[in-house]
Amino acid sequence: MDADTKHDRTVEDCIKNCKPVTDYVLDSCEAIGHTIVNLFLAVGRLAMFMAQSVLHVFLPPFFPRLIGRQLIDIGYYSLPVVGMTALFTGMVLALQSYTGFARFNAEGAVAGVVVLSVTRELAPVLAGLMVAGRVGAAMAAEIGTMRVTEQIDAMVTLSVNPFKYLIAPRIIAGTLMLPVLVLVGDIIGVFGGYIVSIYNLGFSPGNYLTQTWNMMETIDVVSGLVKAGVFGLVVAMLGCYHGFNSQRGAQGVGAATTNAVVSASILILIFNYILTQVFFS
Amino acid sequence: MTTTTDQTAKQEEKEIPESCKLQLCGVKKSFNSKKVLRGIDLKVPQGQSLVVIGGSGTGKSVMLKCVLGLLHPDEGSIMVDGRETMGLDARDRNRLMKKFGMLFQGAALFDSMKIWENVAFGLVQGRGMDRNDAQAIALEKMKAVGLDEQVGDLYPAELSGGMQKRVGLARAVAANPEILFFDEPTTGLDPIMADVINELIIKSVKELGATALSITHDMASARKIADVIAMIHEGRIIWCGPVGELDHTDNEYVDQFIHGRAEGPITDIIGKAA
Repeated sequence: MDADTKHDRTVEDCIKNCKPVTDYVLDSCEAIGHTIVNLFLAVGRLAMFMAQSVLHVFLPPFFPRLIGRQLIDIGYYSLPVVGMTALFTGMVLALQSYTGFARFNAEGAVAGVVVLSVTRELAPVLAGLMVAGRVGAAMAAEIGTMRVTEQIDAMVTLSVNPFKYLIAPRIIAGTLMLPVLVLVGDIIGVFGGYIVSIYNLGFSPGNYLTQTWNMMETIDVVSGLVKAGVFGLVVAMLGCYHGFNSQRGAQGVGAATTNAVVSASILILIFNYILTQVFFS
Repeated sequence: MTTTTDQTAKQEEKEIPESCKLQLCGVKKSFNSKKVLRGIDLKVPQGQSLVVIGGSGTGKSVMLKCVLGLLHPDEGSIMVDGRETMGLDARDRNRLMKKFGMLFQGAALFDSMKIWENVAFGLVQGRGMDRNDAQAIALEKMKAVGLDEQVGDLYPAELSGGMQKRVGLARAVAANPEILFFDEPTTGLDPIMADVINELIIKSVKELGATALSITHDMASARKIADVIAMIHEGRIIWCGPVGELDHTDNEYVDQFIHGRAEGPITDIIGKAA
C-alpha cells in the first residue's frame, strides 16, 4: 500500500515538475532568435570594422615603412609555400587530366586544362588558402596578443591610431601582394604541368607550349588576379578583425587565430564562386 | 545594498581649488546587465596627485579607461581643463590624448620594438618627430628613470618586471604630458622596487608639474604618491580626502580597506552577493 502511494506521489511530482511542451517550443525559438541576432550583430561589427579600416587606408598619416615590412612579410615570405603548392598542383593536374583524357583519345587537351585550371581557379584559391593559414593566423595572433597585453590601448594613449598603424598597412599589403603571389603561382603551376607532361608523359615541348599559349586568354589571368586581390583583402581583414577583437588572454588569442583562418577560408571559397559567376557566366 | 552603502558611507569632500584639471560627473558604465560604474563624481585639481583606492572589481580600471577614451561611458561627463571630452571627434580626441601619459599595470611595452623605440614611440609615430631627435629624448628620459643607454638596444622580454615598469614610466613622460595616469604602478613588484617606482613617480610628476590620477590597492604606494585619496566601492566614490585624513576617517569602508581586515561592511556585501 505504502509502495503504491509512494509510486503515485512520484508520478504526480514528475507531472507537476514537467515543463509544458509550449515552454520547450518557446525555449527553442528563443535560442534560434538569439543565434540570429548574434549573427547580425557579428556581421554589423565586421562591416563597421571594414568601413573604418578602408577609410584609414586612404586617410593620412601613412606609414610607408610598416607597409613595406608587411609587403615583405606577406609577399616574400609566402613565396615558398605558394610556389610549392602551385608546382605540385600543376604536376598532379597534368597527370590526372592525362589519365582521364587518354580514355577519350584527347591527350592533347592536357596543356589547355592545366593552364586554364591553374590561372582561373587553382592558383588564386590555393594561394588564398595558404596565405590565410600562414599570414591570417599570424596577424590574428600578433594583434590579439597586443590587444590582451594592453599594447593597443597603450598605442591609443600615445596618440597613435591603431587602425592606421596596425590595420591599414596589413590590408594594403594583403590586397597588393596576393595578386603578385598568384602571378608567380600561375607561372610555377604551368611549369609544373610542363615538367610532368614533357619528362613523364612524353609530350613535345614545342607543342605543349604552343597549346598553352593558344588556349590562354587575358581574361583567364586577369580574373585570377582580381580574385587574388579580393582574397588578400579578405585574409588581411579577417586576421586583423579577429585579432583586434580578441579577449580573455591566451585562450582568446587562440580562438581568434582559429576563427581568422576558418572564416577567411570559407569566405575565399564563397567569393571564388561569386567572382567566377561574375567573370564567366 | 547600494542604498545601504550610500546611507552609511558619507562622502567627505575636501575643498577643491578652482583650477580643476580633470573632473568626472555622474559617470556610468555597464557591461550588458552588469553595472560597473554607477555614477562616479571626482575632481582632480591642477598639479595634484589623486589616488583612487578600492578592491578588485570595484570599477577602478574601467573608470580610468573611460577617462582615457578607451571605453565610452553610458552616461555622465568627463571634463579636462574645463572642456567636455565626451563625444569628441577623432581629431579633437587625438589632440586631447597628447595631454595624457599613461603607465599600464603590465607596462604594455611593444614587444617587437627595442626599448628606446618604445620610449620614443609616441614622439615618432604620434607627433611626427625625427627618429634621431626622438632617440635622444628617449635616452634622456630613460636616464631619468635609472636606465642606462645599453638597455635602449634590448627588447622588453629581456628586462625584469621592475625595469619594464621604469621603461613604461619613461614612455609615459617622454612627451611631457600635462596629466599622468598610473594603473596599479607597483603591482607584481617586490617592496623595494615598488618604493623605487613610487619615488620615480613622485619625481616625474614634480618635474613635469603634471596632474596625476592613479589607481591602486597597494596602500603603501597610495600613501606615498597621493596628495588626495578617493575610495571607490560598487562603482561610486564613497570617500575623498587628503592623504593625512585617511587614518582619521570614521568611514567604516575606508577603515576596513586601509587596515586590510577580512571582516567589515565590504566583506559582508561580498558574502551576501556570493
